[in-house]
Amino acid sequence: MNPALLGIFTIAIGVVGCVGYFYLSNIFLDKVLFPARGPKAGRNINIANQIRPWLFLFPAFFALTLYLAYPVFETLRLSLTDRLPGNRYEFVGLDNYAQMFGESKFWESMRNNMLWLLVVPAASTGFGLLVAQLTDRIKWGNIAKSLIFMPMAISLVGAAVIWKLVYDTRPIEQDQIGVLNALYVFFGGDTPVTWLTLPFWNNFFLMAVLIWIQTGFAMVILSAALRGIPEETIEAAILDGAGPFQVFFKIKVPQIMNTIVVVWTTITIAVLKVFDIVFAMTNGQWETQVLANYMFDKLFRANDWGMGSAAAMIIMLLVTPILVWNVRNARKEML
Amino acid sequence: MDNIAGQKSSLTWVVHISVFLLVALWLFPTVGLFVSSFRTTDQIVTGGWWKSLFPSEQNLTIRANSPESQVEIDGLYVIQGNLFDNDQDYEVLVWGTSSRAIDAYTPDQTAELSKGGTITVTQGGQYRLENTEPFSGSRGQRIFVTAITPPEFTLNNYKTVLFTGAASESMGSAFINTLTVTIPATIIPILVAAFAAYALAWMDFPGRALLIAFVVGLLVVPLQLALIPLLKLHLAIGIGKGYLGVWMAHTGFGLPLAIYLLRNYMVGLPKDIIENARVDGATDFQIFVKLILPLSFPALASFAIFQFLWTWNDLLVAKVFLIDATGQTTVMTNRIVEMLGTRGGNWEILATAAFVSISVPLVVFFALQKYLVRGLLAGSVK
Repeated sequence: MNPALLGIFTIAIGVVGCVGYFYLSNIFLDKVLFPARGPKAGRNINIANQIRPWLFLFPAFFALTLYLAYPVFETLRLSLTDRLPGNRYEFVGLDNYAQMFGESKFWESMRNNMLWLLVVPAASTGFGLLVAQLTDRIKWGNIAKSLIFMPMAISLVGAAVIWKLVYDTRPIEQDQIGVLNALYVFFGGDTPVTWLTLPFWNNFFLMAVLIWIQTGFAMVILSAALRGIPEETIEAAILDGAGPFQVFFKIKVPQIMNTIVVVWTTITIAVLKVFDIVFAMTNGQWETQVLANYMFDKLFRANDWGMGSAAAMIIMLLVTPILVWNVRNARKEML
Repeated sequence: MDNIAGQKSSLTWVVHISVFLLVALWLFPTVGLFVSSFRTTDQIVTGGWWKSLFPSEQNLTIRANSPESQVEIDGLYVIQGNLFDNDQDYEVLVWGTSSRAIDAYTPDQTAELSKGGTITVTQGGQYRLENTEPFSGSRGQRIFVTAITPPEFTLNNYKTVLFTGAASESMGSAFINTLTVTIPATIIPILVAAFAAYALAWMDFPGRALLIAFVVGLLVVPLQLALIPLLKLHLAIGIGKGYLGVWMAHTGFGLPLAIYLLRNYMVGLPKDIIENARVDGATDFQIFVKLILPLSFPALASFAIFQFLWTWNDLLVAKVFLIDATGQTTVMTNRIVEMLGTRGGNWEILATAAFVSISVPLVVFFALQKYLVRGLLAGSVK
């Protein structure tokens, strides 16, 4: 079948199926299983109302369990096994982990991931805060914000192409078409640098791409938080003689600290999962490997499901503190 | 207000200038790609895109008209014409007739040709070859000019990339494939999530808090963990790699955010309306369809935009669950990555392909930014 047709068909089935499921299951519950008439009408209504939430919840939670919760445990199990020919699995204990810890490429990924974790959330939040504060009171602030926010809409792959052009290198005799080398040569560099193959520093050139994208996100949220600060606190500080920098660092920043932490952790999670940028720009060569790409390598190039799963579990382990913290916060809020 | 203490005037200009610089810095890379997608291969490799916006000095090699076009005027054989197709604003600086001396002559000078005869080139690009004997050969004389050329842009790259290029590089079919992935993967999770969100927001049942915590926890589970188990599952139940699999995967991965966003929004809806409806005898299903869904439109729109952008821009999920060995179902992001590998130097193709894929999200972004911002705020601050 033509995929587009199949798509329309699927939308129809999905939508009709969903609505039909909810509608019919409700009718079934009210009219057939526990009808609100007869001698036990009152009791029936109560029972039906106790069951109904689960009807509403079932499809979503079935999908959540199958597509996100179960894989966590299945990945854990796979990371402890080796795949044998003929769809059989053999329990190997921690062998996959031991093998992974013995690989220098793994430690390179860990080191790079830590670098990303240190630099990207800090830089994005910092730039975001800077832009949010600067645009707060100028007339064209909204246009400026909208333009800085724009990279959010661009795919990581698209961003990779955009930045590869920025980092492009031509031989010295030719005109440089990458702006970074053009500037470098203009300001007296002798030979154009191939930025992406420059070990260690190339990591920062990859990070620039994600910072460029995430700054807009940080800016939007921090900007709203800044607007939410009560004017009186700022006025009082100014009347007491505080300069603009003091107002910003001593009055505004402490009041939006919670939001800064939320932004920071959200970007941290995005960083831990970073895959497309590295995959498209260097594919982990020249010492730029990161965990997500390392895992993809193991899974689909080396075809080693055991080690791939072990790498995935490391990512999960790094996310877990944030997961726990988020859940605890959410529960606190609901009480 | 900041200006109470009178410090505003001294800082305002600094603020304006820094914001301007930041915006320029943020826009510069994207504009570069955009401009490059309208340039020819030669233009791209000979100079940075920022120069293409202004007239620039270029070295060109152009052939004069072939000897067939010669005419005889008063016993002289003459070939003449203009070096440039359209005679606007070109300016010849120096020229030559040999690749070893491309700057041998200035405009209006006359050069001797090695095969006999003379040639003159004017500043405006008019040339005239004269000889007492007829010109022979089939190809025109080569002329090397260094000229100031006006900015020039072309739509040919888009034509190549979308319609005429090799099948393996055509973005046209990949565009359709991406669309096919995106639309069902955006619509289906919304519906599924909306019902669940309503139950979590407005229905009372034991374990509700636990389920909300469950959703919040799943919000951050990296989808990397889901790849192998789900691929295994899809292969085992016969879905294999294909659209159905990728739709289901996107639905599953999108649900936590969808439920979370929608629940947070629905909780904030006025309690009176819902209770009045209950008192009037409306069932939960009716309340949901007639009240909650229309009132939640902003939140539904926010999530729809998120999910659309995410599925349109996705590479990993498509690579794992959709694209099989035949490559028939490839999406745009994957095609671009392939091009980066095979045609890393062909910037005109790459830039155009990338821009085709970026353009749709950009339009959505600028048209519906309000909802996107609202969604972001609801999704992370609470």
